[in-house]
Amino acid sequence: MSSCHIAEEPIQKVAIFGGTHGNELTGVFLVKHWLENGAEIQRTGLEVKPFITNPRAVKKCTRYIDCDLNRIFDLENLGKKMSEDLPYEVRRAQEINHLFGPKDSEDSYDIIFDLHNTTSNMGCTLILEDSRNNFLIQMFHYIKTSLAPLPCYVYLIEHPSLKYATTRSIAKYPVGIEVGPQPQGVLRADILDQMRKMIKHALDFIHHFNEGKEFPPCAIEVYKIIEKVDYPRDENGEIAAVIHPNLQDQDWKPLHPGDPMFLTLDGKTIPLGGDCTVYPVFVNEAAYYEKKEAFAKTTKLTLNAKSIRCSLH
Amino acid sequence: MCSLPVPREPLRRVAVTGGTHGNEMSGICLAQHWLQAPAELQRPSFSAVPVLANPAAIAGCRRYVDHDLNRTFTSCFLNSRPTPDDPYEVTRARELNQLLGPKASGRAFDFVLDLHNTTANVGTCLISKSSHEVFAMHLCRHLQLQYPELSCQVFLYQRSGEESYNLDSVAKNGLGLELGPQPQGVLRADIFSRMRTLVATVLDFIELFNQGTAFPAFEMEAYRPVGVVDFPRTEAGNLAGTVHPQLQDRDFQPLQPGAPIFQMFSGEDLLYEGESTVYPVFINEAAYYEKGVAFVQTEKFTFTVPAMPAPIPAPSPAS
Repeated sequence: MSSCHIAEEPIQKVAIFGGTHGNELTGVFLVKHWLENGAEIQRTGLEVKPFITNPRAVKKCTRYIDCDLNRIFDLENLGKKMSEDLPYEVRRAQEINHLFGPKDSEDSYDIIFDLHNTTSNMGCTLILEDSRNNFLIQMFHYIKTSLAPLPCYVYLIEHPSLKYATTRSIAKYPVGIEVGPQPQGVLRADILDQMRKMIKHALDFIHHFNEGKEFPPCAIEVYKIIEKVDYPRDENGEIAAVIHPNLQDQDWKPLHPGDPMFLTLDGKTIPLGGDCTVYPVFVNEAAYYEKKEAFAKTTKLTLNAKSIRCSLH
Repeated sequence: MCSLPVPREPLRRVAVTGGTHGNEMSGICLAQHWLQAPAELQRPSFSAVPVLANPAAIAGCRRYVDHDLNRTFTSCFLNSRPTPDDPYEVTRARELNQLLGPKASGRAFDFVLDLHNTTANVGTCLISKSSHEVFAMHLCRHLQLQYPELSCQVFLYQRSGEESYNLDSVAKNGLGLELGPQPQGVLRADIFSRMRTLVATVLDFIELFNQGTAFPAFEMEAYRPVGVVDFPRTEAGNLAGTVHPQLQDRDFQPLQPGAPIFQMFSGEDLLYEGESTVYPVFINEAAYYEKGVAFVQTEKFTFTVPAMPAPIPAPSPAS
């Protein structure tokens, strides 16, 4: 059988971002630790740079100072004329784009891992932005296999209007790493251990790839975003219902039409409407109350990747 | 040691406060709901008043604006002369002291129930000043008996010689209800529902007392603080490790000398070096990182709560 593989350039420059949201502590402390002692994240022939993206938010242990850093790496914000009047995060985004980008150029970093936590019960999650990216599908397959039996889910945020301009999107291969549940402002040892393992396997994959290993065709199950669902609100815009106890903590589990979704303060159950089973994620994420998102509906599908091999071998 | 006076008359002026910390959502959501629909707080002999304690912090979904409101009810803050530069919470504490106090005066509210959440796995925790709060102790006992499945633990926070500093100390009697674990800024249906039920039962107890019930003496088990333990830190003061997986989520369980308490980022375990068993509480509470507290060490002790006689009803207007 002829090997029909994609020949990819070797990976040279990798960054690991922590503190994009200043109160998501696992990434903050992993990056701070690696800045002191980076042995764990070194691999031969690879430059791996740990970096705190939002230091002012980290210092205040808050998600952001003026605006959400992880939503503004679009070309419009990146291109604005630098001035003291710009929100702090927009100025910071331009600095980060300068250091690790520029976005959409040849000089940008090859891979950026952006470390996040969520209050939702999502376990270990990898976030993919492009469904046709063979290299990342192969990486994610490797990470999932290496972590098993610990589950690792893949969330695909490719969508014409719902995809957002992430910090990591300035790299050629952006990877979101999200581990929960963990409260904001809390550092749990078990969550730290899980995120550490995810990074280890990711770096091992890159190293094997650079050394010439061929990865045969593979398939992974992913959850693709369909739409976001807000909380039911009253006429003043206040939240009028809570995530139903049957849905709370049930990220990635099927939610069928008719299943309980919200519970009003008067004790009434609001069920899922429509005809389709969905897979909720980011169920009851603290930071999303202000973004008007109680959870996101996803659909499950399989992505295939062709065989890949580093072009230098 | 003698106990403080028990109420001799029915309790008429009762308040339930939510949002003393602006990101502890169960109490905030309940208080907002009751401000629209107060029927739930009404009983035949009294009506409880809902209060949103820290509106500016609630609006920003943060614990506090300038200063932790629940540490601001000391006479030093309450009685000092107001200035324009006063922290927001100092001004607010004085307002609440006018509304629900004044602290230690005859005009203070009869009872204040203050609603809280924690990121620590405390389950259902009832917080009172000390074992001498006879009314509060009988109330705690009532909650424990009504809900044996909840394993309500009683935490008595006052260290000897220390002045009380929290919101419910402005009233003649008070109790803190602390439910966890719940992340800051998150409203969980299960915790919300449990808090709502507990508030109703507290008000039912007050009604029962008001109707002329006497309560016999009993033995109570509670936890009181003997110290705090900070996270391991670098010279610069940053975290060098975090709560060990074997301690995480084990609030109110015994911690023996030699057991692991922290896991360093570099991999090694730090062990508990105390000389006796302690009962850690508030393990890995988000708001306590800045206070230098990874967990509170408590000791478990048992004491006798004296009988509480029925109140003497006030003369009826018709007579």
